[in-house]
Amino acid sequence: MSNVGIVIVSHSPLVAEGTADMVRQMVGDEVPLAWCGGNGHGGLGTNVEAIMGAIDKAWSEAGVAILVDLGGAETNSEMAVEMIGEPRAQKIIVCNAPIVEGAVMAATEASGGASLREVVATAHELSPS
Amino acid sequence: MTALNLSRLITAAADAIAAHAEELTALDQAIGDGDHGLNMKRGFEAVRAETEAYSAKPLPEALKAIGTKLVMTVGGASGPLFGTLFMALGKEISTDPDHANLTAAFGKAIEAVAARGKSQVGQKTMLDVLQPVHDALAVGKTASELADIADAAAEATVPMKALRGRASFLGDRSIGHMDAGARSTALLVRTVAQIIGDKA
Repeated sequence: MSNVGIVIVSHSPLVAEGTADMVRQMVGDEVPLAWCGGNGHGGLGTNVEAIMGAIDKAWSEAGVAILVDLGGAETNSEMAVEMIGEPRAQKIIVCNAPIVEGAVMAATEASGGASLREVVATAHELSPS
Repeated sequence: MTALNLSRLITAAADAIAAHAEELTALDQAIGDGDHGLNMKRGFEAVRAETEAYSAKPLPEALKAIGTKLVMTVGGASGPLFGTLFMALGKEISTDPDHANLTAAFGKAIEAVAARGKSQVGQKTMLDVLQPVHDALAVGKTASELADIADAAAEATVPMKALRGRASFLGDRSIGHMDAGARSTALLVRTVAQIIGDKA
Protein backbone atom coordinates (compact mmCIF):
# COMPACT_ATOMS: atom_id res chain seq x y z
CA MET A 1 0.00 0.00 0.00
CA SER A 2 1.27 3.47 -0.79
CA ASN A 3 -0.25 5.26 2.22
CA VAL A 4 1.80 5.93 5.35
CA GLY A 5 1.41 3.18 7.95
CA ILE A 6 0.38 3.74 11.57
CA VAL A 7 1.72 1.82 14.58
CA ILE A 8 0.14 2.14 18.03
CA VAL A 9 2.29 1.31 21.05
CA SER A 10 0.71 1.32 24.50
CA HIS A 11 1.71 -0.17 27.84
CA SER A 12 -1.72 -1.80 27.80
CA PRO A 13 -2.76 -4.19 25.01
CA LEU A 14 -6.35 -3.13 25.65
CA VAL A 15 -5.56 0.53 25.06
CA ALA A 16 -3.53 -0.30 21.94
CA GLU A 17 -6.20 -2.54 20.47
CA GLY A 18 -9.01 -0.13 21.36
CA THR A 19 -7.13 2.74 19.75
CA ALA A 20 -6.60 0.63 16.64
CA ASP A 21 -10.35 -0.13 16.56
CA MET A 22 -11.08 3.60 16.57
CA VAL A 23 -8.57 4.20 13.77
CA ARG A 24 -10.04 1.36 11.73
CA GLN A 25 -13.52 2.80 12.13
CA MET A 26 -12.28 6.13 10.77
CA VAL A 27 -10.17 4.96 7.85
CA GLY A 28 -11.14 1.36 7.15
CA ASP A 29 -8.38 -0.49 5.35
CA GLU A 30 -6.94 2.56 3.62
CA VAL A 31 -3.98 2.69 5.97
CA PRO A 32 -1.58 -0.09 7.02
CA LEU A 33 -2.17 -0.40 10.76
CA ALA A 34 -0.65 -2.42 13.58
CA TRP A 35 -0.63 -2.23 17.36
CA CYS A 36 1.21 -3.75 20.26
CA GLY A 37 0.98 -3.47 24.01
CA GLY A 38 2.08 -5.27 27.13
CA ASN A 39 5.52 -6.40 28.27
CA GLY A 40 5.37 -9.78 26.55
CA HIS A 41 4.98 -11.52 29.91
CA GLY A 42 1.35 -10.81 30.57
CA GLY A 43 1.92 -7.50 32.35
CA LEU A 44 1.71 -3.84 31.44
CA GLY A 45 4.66 -2.47 29.49
CA THR A 46 6.13 -2.30 26.05
CA ASN A 47 8.74 -4.45 24.37
CA VAL A 48 11.10 -3.79 21.53
CA GLU A 49 10.56 -7.09 19.73
CA ALA A 50 6.80 -6.59 19.55
CA ILE A 51 7.26 -3.01 18.33
CA MET A 52 9.63 -4.19 15.58
CA GLY A 53 6.99 -6.76 14.61
CA ALA A 54 4.26 -4.13 14.48
CA ILE A 55 6.42 -1.87 12.30
CA ASP A 56 6.94 -4.77 9.89
CA LYS A 57 3.22 -5.41 9.81
CA ALA A 58 2.30 -1.78 9.11
CA TRP A 59 5.28 -1.20 6.82
CA SER A 60 4.78 1.10 3.86
CA GLU A 61 7.37 2.50 1.48
CA ALA A 62 5.80 5.88 2.29
CA GLY A 63 6.90 5.39 5.91
CA VAL A 64 5.43 4.59 9.30
CA ALA A 65 4.25 6.93 12.07
CA ILE A 66 4.32 5.52 15.60
CA LEU A 67 1.97 6.76 18.33
CA VAL A 68 2.96 5.99 21.92
CA ASP A 69 1.56 6.51 25.40
CA LEU A 70 3.99 6.89 28.33
CA GLY A 71 7.77 7.42 28.31
CA GLY A 72 8.85 3.77 28.17
CA ALA A 73 6.79 3.28 25.02
CA GLU A 74 8.67 6.15 23.40
CA THR A 75 12.10 4.92 24.53
CA ASN A 76 11.33 1.36 23.39
CA SER A 77 9.96 2.59 20.06
CA GLU A 78 13.09 4.64 19.39
CA MET A 79 15.20 1.61 20.28
CA ALA A 80 13.14 -0.53 17.87
CA VAL A 81 13.67 1.99 15.05
CA GLU A 82 17.40 1.99 15.71
CA MET A 83 17.53 -1.80 15.68
CA ILE A 84 15.60 -1.96 12.41
CA GLY A 85 18.36 0.27 11.05
CA GLU A 86 18.79 2.10 7.78
CA PRO A 87 17.47 2.43 5.14
CA ARG A 88 14.06 1.81 6.73
CA ALA A 89 14.78 3.74 9.95
CA GLN A 90 14.72 7.11 8.22
CA LYS A 91 11.13 6.43 7.15
CA ILE A 92 9.89 5.74 10.69
CA ILE A 93 8.95 8.55 13.08
CA VAL A 94 7.86 8.35 16.70
CA CYS A 95 5.20 11.06 17.13
CA ASN A 96 4.94 13.43 20.04
CA ALA A 97 1.16 13.38 20.40
CA PRO A 98 -1.60 11.93 22.59
CA ILE A 99 -1.96 8.28 21.59
CA VAL A 100 -5.70 8.06 20.78
CA GLU A 101 -6.26 11.46 19.20
CA GLY A 102 -2.85 11.31 17.53
CA ALA A 103 -3.50 7.91 15.98
CA VAL A 104 -6.93 8.87 14.67
CA MET A 105 -5.74 12.20 13.24
CA ALA A 106 -2.55 10.75 11.77
CA ALA A 107 -4.44 7.88 10.16
CA THR A 108 -7.05 10.21 8.71
CA GLU A 109 -4.29 12.33 7.20
CA ALA A 110 -2.51 9.21 5.93
CA SER A 111 -5.67 7.85 4.31
CA GLY A 112 -5.69 10.84 1.97
CA GLY A 113 -2.26 9.96 0.67
CA ALA A 114 -0.33 12.54 2.72
CA SER A 115 3.45 12.22 3.11
CA LEU A 116 5.03 10.94 6.33
CA ARG A 117 6.06 14.51 7.18
CA GLU A 118 2.48 15.74 6.80
CA VAL A 119 1.06 12.84 8.79
CA VAL A 120 3.47 13.47 11.66
CA ALA A 121 2.82 17.23 11.57
CA THR A 122 -0.92 16.59 11.91
CA ALA A 123 -0.35 14.44 15.00
CA HIS A 124 2.05 16.97 16.49
CA GLU A 125 -0.54 19.75 16.22
CA LEU A 126 -2.37 17.98 19.05
CA SER A 127 0.52 18.45 21.48
CA PRO A 128 0.75 21.49 23.71
CA SER A 129 3.84 23.31 22.50
CA MET B 1 39.77 -10.01 29.53
CA THR B 2 39.60 -13.78 29.62
CA ALA B 3 36.48 -15.82 29.01
CA LEU B 4 36.61 -16.91 32.63
CA ASN B 5 36.38 -13.31 33.78
CA LEU B 6 33.41 -12.46 31.59
CA SER B 7 31.60 -15.54 32.76
CA ARG B 8 32.34 -14.59 36.39
CA LEU B 9 31.12 -11.06 35.71
CA ILE B 10 27.83 -12.22 34.21
CA THR B 11 27.21 -14.65 37.05
CA ALA B 12 28.03 -12.06 39.70
CA ALA B 13 25.87 -9.38 38.03
CA ALA B 14 22.89 -11.72 37.65
CA ASP B 15 23.33 -12.85 41.28
CA ALA B 16 23.46 -9.25 42.52
CA ILE B 17 20.35 -8.23 40.60
CA ALA B 18 18.47 -11.34 41.73
CA ALA B 19 19.47 -10.80 45.36
CA HIS B 20 18.23 -7.20 45.26
CA ALA B 21 15.19 -7.63 42.97
CA GLU B 22 12.70 -7.04 45.76
CA GLU B 23 14.55 -3.98 47.00
CA LEU B 24 14.64 -2.52 43.46
CA THR B 25 10.95 -3.18 43.00
CA ALA B 26 10.16 -1.52 46.34
CA LEU B 27 12.14 1.58 45.30
CA ASP B 28 10.30 1.66 41.99
CA GLN B 29 6.93 1.20 43.66
CA ALA B 30 7.54 4.36 45.67
CA ILE B 31 7.95 6.66 42.67
CA GLY B 32 7.70 4.60 39.47
CA ASP B 33 5.58 1.78 38.11
CA GLY B 34 6.96 -0.91 40.38
CA ASP B 35 8.39 -3.31 37.85
CA HIS B 36 12.10 -2.48 37.92
CA GLY B 37 13.30 -5.37 40.08
CA LEU B 38 11.37 -8.02 38.21
CA ASN B 39 12.33 -6.55 34.82
CA MET B 40 16.04 -6.38 35.63
CA LYS B 41 16.00 -9.87 37.06
CA ARG B 42 14.32 -11.28 33.97
CA GLY B 43 16.88 -9.56 31.74
CA PHE B 44 19.95 -10.63 33.67
CA GLU B 45 18.67 -14.21 33.98
CA ALA B 46 18.28 -14.24 30.19
CA VAL B 47 21.89 -13.05 29.91
CA ARG B 48 23.03 -15.64 32.45
CA ALA B 49 21.40 -18.38 30.36
CA GLU B 50 23.76 -17.55 27.50
CA THR B 51 26.94 -17.01 29.51
CA GLU B 52 28.81 -19.65 27.54
CA ALA B 53 28.01 -18.09 24.17
CA TYR B 54 29.05 -14.61 25.36
CA SER B 55 32.26 -15.91 26.89
CA ALA B 56 33.25 -17.38 23.54
CA LYS B 57 33.04 -13.97 21.84
CA PRO B 58 35.62 -11.16 21.81
CA LEU B 59 34.74 -8.60 24.51
CA PRO B 60 33.22 -5.95 22.18
CA GLU B 61 30.96 -8.52 20.51
CA ALA B 62 30.01 -10.04 23.85
CA LEU B 63 28.99 -6.65 25.29
CA LYS B 64 26.94 -5.80 22.20
CA ALA B 65 25.16 -9.16 22.39
CA ILE B 66 24.48 -8.71 26.11
CA GLY B 67 23.08 -5.23 25.41
CA THR B 68 20.80 -6.54 22.70
CA LYS B 69 19.59 -9.30 25.00
CA LEU B 70 18.82 -6.74 27.74
CA VAL B 71 16.89 -4.57 25.26
CA MET B 72 14.78 -7.55 24.25
CA THR B 73 14.16 -9.01 27.69
CA VAL B 74 14.20 -6.31 30.40
CA GLY B 75 11.25 -4.34 29.03
CA GLY B 76 10.10 -1.06 30.52
CA ALA B 77 12.26 1.92 29.77
CA SER B 78 15.14 0.20 31.57
CA GLY B 79 15.60 -2.33 28.75
CA PRO B 80 16.65 0.21 26.13
CA LEU B 81 18.62 2.25 28.69
CA PHE B 82 20.70 -0.56 30.19
CA GLY B 83 20.84 -2.26 26.79
CA THR B 84 22.19 0.91 25.19
CA LEU B 85 24.83 1.19 27.93
CA PHE B 86 26.21 -2.27 27.10
CA MET B 87 25.77 -1.96 23.32
CA ALA B 88 27.57 1.39 23.22
CA LEU B 89 30.30 0.08 25.53
CA GLY B 90 30.78 -2.84 23.14
CA LYS B 91 31.03 -0.48 20.19
CA GLU B 92 33.81 1.59 21.78
CA ILE B 93 35.83 -0.88 23.82
CA SER B 94 38.84 -2.82 22.50
CA THR B 95 39.26 -6.58 22.81
CA ASP B 96 41.80 -6.10 25.59
CA PRO B 97 41.04 -2.67 27.05
CA ASP B 98 43.58 -0.68 29.03
CA HIS B 99 42.55 2.00 31.51
CA ALA B 100 42.42 4.77 28.89
CA ASN B 101 40.27 2.75 26.48
CA LEU B 102 37.93 1.61 29.24
CA THR B 103 37.48 5.19 30.47
CA ALA B 104 36.85 6.54 26.98
CA ALA B 105 34.45 3.73 26.07
CA PHE B 106 32.55 4.14 29.33
CA GLY B 107 32.25 7.87 28.66
CA LYS B 108 30.82 7.25 25.19
CA ALA B 109 28.39 4.67 26.61
CA ILE B 110 27.13 7.22 29.14
CA GLU B 111 26.56 9.73 26.33
CA ALA B 112 24.55 7.07 24.48
CA VAL B 113 22.39 6.40 27.54
CA ALA B 114 21.79 10.14 27.98
CA ALA B 115 20.74 10.43 24.33
CA ARG B 116 18.46 7.39 24.56
CA GLY B 117 16.74 8.72 27.68
CA LYS B 118 16.89 12.38 26.54
CA SER B 119 18.26 13.00 30.00
CA GLN B 120 21.25 14.47 31.76
CA VAL B 121 22.99 14.37 35.12
CA GLY B 122 20.92 15.81 37.98
CA GLN B 123 17.54 14.47 36.88
CA LYS B 124 17.40 11.54 39.33
CA THR B 125 18.35 8.74 36.94
CA MET B 126 21.03 6.10 36.40
CA LEU B 127 23.18 8.87 34.87
CA ASP B 128 23.62 10.29 38.36
CA VAL B 129 25.58 7.15 39.24
CA LEU B 130 27.29 6.52 35.90
CA GLN B 131 28.81 10.00 35.57
CA PRO B 132 30.54 10.24 38.99
CA VAL B 133 31.83 6.68 38.56
CA HIS B 134 33.24 7.61 35.17
CA ASP B 135 34.86 10.74 36.57
CA ALA B 136 36.40 8.75 39.41
CA LEU B 137 37.63 6.09 36.99
CA ALA B 138 39.21 8.79 34.84
CA VAL B 139 41.31 10.08 37.75
CA GLY B 140 42.46 6.58 38.65
CA LYS B 141 40.39 5.70 41.71
CA THR B 142 40.63 2.06 42.81
CA ALA B 143 37.92 -0.51 42.20
CA SER B 144 36.71 -0.45 45.79
CA GLU B 145 36.64 3.36 45.80
CA LEU B 146 34.52 3.23 42.62
CA ALA B 147 32.03 0.89 44.29
CA ASP B 148 31.71 3.26 47.27
CA ILE B 149 31.36 6.29 44.99
CA ALA B 150 28.57 4.48 43.12
CA ASP B 151 26.68 3.73 46.35
CA ALA B 152 27.06 7.32 47.55
CA ALA B 153 25.89 8.60 44.17
CA ALA B 154 22.77 6.42 44.29
CA GLU B 155 22.14 7.69 47.81
CA ALA B 156 22.50 11.25 46.51
CA THR B 157 19.48 10.74 44.21
CA VAL B 158 17.22 10.63 47.30
CA PRO B 159 16.81 14.42 47.69
CA MET B 160 16.67 14.99 43.92
CA LYS B 161 13.45 15.83 42.10
CA ALA B 162 12.79 13.48 39.17
CA LEU B 163 12.75 15.25 35.81
CA ARG B 164 12.68 12.19 33.56
CA GLY B 165 10.80 8.91 33.55
CA ARG B 166 7.61 7.92 35.30
CA ALA B 167 8.79 9.44 38.59
CA SER B 168 8.76 12.89 36.97
CA PHE B 169 4.93 12.77 36.93
CA LEU B 170 5.10 13.00 40.72
CA GLY B 171 7.02 16.28 40.70
CA ASP B 172 8.05 17.25 44.23
CA ARG B 173 6.64 14.00 45.60
CA SER B 174 9.56 12.18 43.95
CA ILE B 175 11.86 13.87 46.48
CA GLY B 176 12.87 11.66 49.38
CA HIS B 177 13.12 8.37 47.48
CA MET B 178 16.15 6.76 45.87
CA ASP B 179 15.92 6.28 42.11
CA ALA B 180 15.62 2.57 41.33
CA GLY B 181 17.74 2.80 38.18
CA ALA B 182 20.49 4.59 40.09
CA ARG B 183 20.41 1.82 42.70
CA SER B 184 20.64 -1.00 40.17
CA THR B 185 23.46 0.85 38.40
CA ALA B 186 25.36 1.11 41.69
CA LEU B 187 24.84 -2.62 42.26
CA LEU B 188 26.31 -3.39 38.85
CA VAL B 189 29.26 -1.02 39.41
CA ARG B 190 30.06 -2.73 42.73
CA THR B 191 29.85 -6.14 41.10
CA VAL B 192 32.15 -5.22 38.25
CA ALA B 193 34.55 -3.44 40.62
CA GLN B 194 34.76 -6.51 42.83
CA ILE B 195 35.52 -8.87 39.94
CA ILE B 196 38.03 -6.54 38.27
CA GLY B 197 39.45 -5.58 41.65
CA ASP B 198 40.05 -9.27 42.39
CA LYS B 199 42.05 -9.54 39.20
CA ALA B 200 44.25 -6.51 39.91
